[in-house]
Amino acid sequence: MRQDLTVQQMSEDDDRSPPLDLRCGAAPSINRARNCSGEAVSGSGSSTSSSIPASVPVTVTEYQSQYPDQVLEIVLENVLQFLTSRRDRNAASLVCKSWWRAEALTRSELFIGNCYAVSPDRARGRFRRVRSVVLKGKPRFADFNLMPPDWGAHFGPWVCVLANAYPWLEKVYLKRMSITDDDLALLAESFSGFKELTLVCCEGFGTCGLAFIASKCRQLRVLDLIETEVTDDEVDWISLFPEGETCLESLIFDCVDCAINFEALEKLVARSPFLRKLRLNRHVSIRQLYRLMVRAPQLTHLGTGKYGPSEVAQRQGDTEPDYIAAFAACKSLVCLSGFREITPDYLSAIYPVCANLTSLNFSYATITADQLKPVICNCHKLQIFWVGVPCVIDYQCFEEIWVLKLILAVIMQALDSICDEGLQAVAATCKELRELRVFPMNAQEDVEGPVSEVGLQAISEGCRKLQSILYFCQRMTNAAVIAMSSNCLELEVFRLCIMGRHRPDHATGEPMDEGFGAIVRNCRKLTRLAVSGLLTDRAFGYIGKYGKLIRTLSVAFAGDSDMGLKYVLEGCPKLQKLEIRDSPFGDAALRSGLHHYYNMRFLWMSSCRLTRQGCQEIAQAMPRLVVEVIRSDDEEETDNYVETLYMYRSLEGPRHDAPKFVTILR
Amino acid sequence: MSPEKVNHLPESDTKLTLGLPGAGGECHRTKAGTKRGFLETVDLNLMSSSNDNKHCEENDAMASSKTPATKAQVVGWPPVRAYRKSAMKGSCKFVKVAVDGAPYLRKVDLEIYHSYQELLSALEDMFSFLTIRNHVNERKIIDNVNGVEYVPTYEDKDGDWMLVGDVPWKMFVESCKRVRLMKSSEAIGLGN
Repeated sequence: MRQDLTVQQMSEDDDRSPPLDLRCGAAPSINRARNCSGEAVSGSGSSTSSSIPASVPVTVTEYQSQYPDQVLEIVLENVLQFLTSRRDRNAASLVCKSWWRAEALTRSELFIGNCYAVSPDRARGRFRRVRSVVLKGKPRFADFNLMPPDWGAHFGPWVCVLANAYPWLEKVYLKRMSITDDDLALLAESFSGFKELTLVCCEGFGTCGLAFIASKCRQLRVLDLIETEVTDDEVDWISLFPEGETCLESLIFDCVDCAINFEALEKLVARSPFLRKLRLNRHVSIRQLYRLMVRAPQLTHLGTGKYGPSEVAQRQGDTEPDYIAAFAACKSLVCLSGFREITPDYLSAIYPVCANLTSLNFSYATITADQLKPVICNCHKLQIFWVGVPCVIDYQCFEEIWVLKLILAVIMQALDSICDEGLQAVAATCKELRELRVFPMNAQEDVEGPVSEVGLQAISEGCRKLQSILYFCQRMTNAAVIAMSSNCLELEVFRLCIMGRHRPDHATGEPMDEGFGAIVRNCRKLTRLAVSGLLTDRAFGYIGKYGKLIRTLSVAFAGDSDMGLKYVLEGCPKLQKLEIRDSPFGDAALRSGLHHYYNMRFLWMSSCRLTRQGCQEIAQAMPRLVVEVIRSDDEEETDNYVETLYMYRSLEGPRHDAPKFVTILR
Repeated sequence: MSPEKVNHLPESDTKLTLGLPGAGGECHRTKAGTKRGFLETVDLNLMSSSNDNKHCEENDAMASSKTPATKAQVVGWPPVRAYRKSAMKGSCKFVKVAVDGAPYLRKVDLEIYHSYQELLSALEDMFSFLTIRNHVNERKIIDNVNGVEYVPTYEDKDGDWMLVGDVPWKMFVESCKRVRLMKSSEAIGLGN
């Protein structure tokens, strides 16, 4: 977190006491220079037992002129090289000015959780020797069309400054940023030693931009494009990688939905001996996959393309490649994904690798529980499992026709049990499971889906080491959630999405308050929570009372009154990211967080009961908060209520690139 | 009915629908004060007990009850990324959409729409400066700001530029390679 950059926490005080491990017995009033020299004389900065008394003899002052602050700073710099965690570094930088400087010079990984919290110039001014940059832009709800396009988070201003400031930059990781082809061109040209580019949930560029990266970044080891939108400029970027052996270790482009030059890809893989991770897009057929696997048996992470025969008719007499042998040859394979447009007959090819798999992503594969079970029952080492669950029939229109509804309900009951069966198989085998994600294949809310509380209960009983769960379902019971809270005590992330809005416990008809209450009460390590279903203020009371470690909270269609939000803002001291939609929280609730907003990365509230005046009050009370009111279109709000509030702390004040549908309140 | 069979059928085949074409089973719950999208004036919702029923234009009758991914459903719910939604569909038909005079292209997946009306509404959302006005026999696309009229055209498999709307929807989806909203003044000689 960028807590170190908030004004009230920045240490301006030269005379602050040295930290505990540099205890030298000197009173704080002794000037820093002497303290520092004292330490230099004693040989190292790490001793806690050597105590130099306050009445230091004259020799110290002699040393003082020969060993100025630079000595300590050099010592510090050498020690701080070993400090890698950014939270530790933030803490170290607050000790005193000297430590602040030394830390700034030695920080090589720059993490900026909100690209608008600090300007590129300010970042460059403080950190001089950065080799790796992580930048995050839009808030997460932008992924669900809750924010108009062109809101901002442009990489352009950053890449210009980075290009000038850090010619030795090696790694860039961007999440939810808006990037142009020109940005990528500048990046490719500016950093001769550039090694790793990872783009997650980004947009704004095309294969043109990729071409720049491929052709100019000769030291490239990692090119990972994850859930990023890439327009098809009809440029053959794959063939632009340099000739000869490459440094490539990871090439992930499953989201690049453009046809690629397969011959060029095959040659690229053949000349990339260090390649460990390869994720293909759906334009690569299973036959082509075979050819790649044969060339790269050293792969550890493989994402298949289209997992089935291509439309191109095979010549008569063409034998099917031996897919099983190809998989068996990949002895190091631990992570499998892809399986798009799957022909289930080909699933058996992966059996040889199941025993070694630690990560399996079937979330794009339309398979049944019966097809899943033979795979899963071999995956004893599985730690991460993502699966998509098909939703079958939409019979909402039969509300009125009770006979048909009854028949369908019976069928659905049968199908329900079949898909919960898949999860039961997981629960029976995957004792090492740490992360589970169950996605809906047909993401509509009024459709009956075939996983339910039965699946969740089974997982909670079988996978006791579970740390992270994302579970979409149509219906749920408090009992199953409570069971998970008592069985899975390692849970850090609990995200339950009951897709039908305001759905109560379908067995008891009660709100889902007790279930979520049990989660926050029993799961002592919980840092991320997403709630759903019918929830009253009581649920938020539990969250405020027990959710002391929660950093990220996601709320949708929940709560009764302002009290709900108040409980959370007053009760959760570690809260950093709060995203709320369609919940009846108003200005009074917003006011109750004034004490905390500078400690947060952002607050998002859309379709709640906030008025413009209410938001204005916050903006006036907190000058270092940027308070954005976002309309969904160009017209003025007809309501009294603000459609979307997005506010975040920032050292820079209102941004200059806000589009016209954004109003920044002062 | 075996599960395998059901899973392999395209979605529209597994939907059992009754009622007039265009009957959507889903609720159209929208919050108070939300601007109504154009699309909502088109949906026929016989089964809903809400008093938001509107009339349906006959040439926009939808064979299936699938609700288009614009304003008729609650936006962004359930919270599944568009990327995942389209990836799970299996096949998709992405085409570029260009608007004369606009500096950026957009891509749309034609397979998620079921009619020209749905497509045009989606374009209205994407290019927010445009409005679609329905006249008696044709639709007009108009720039809000300067009143310039656009004509939706597309390039087909043979490389010819055609007017959008001339052929049945499914035929259009199959043959369309890209879409261009051409200024009316330039669209001479297309169509009849």
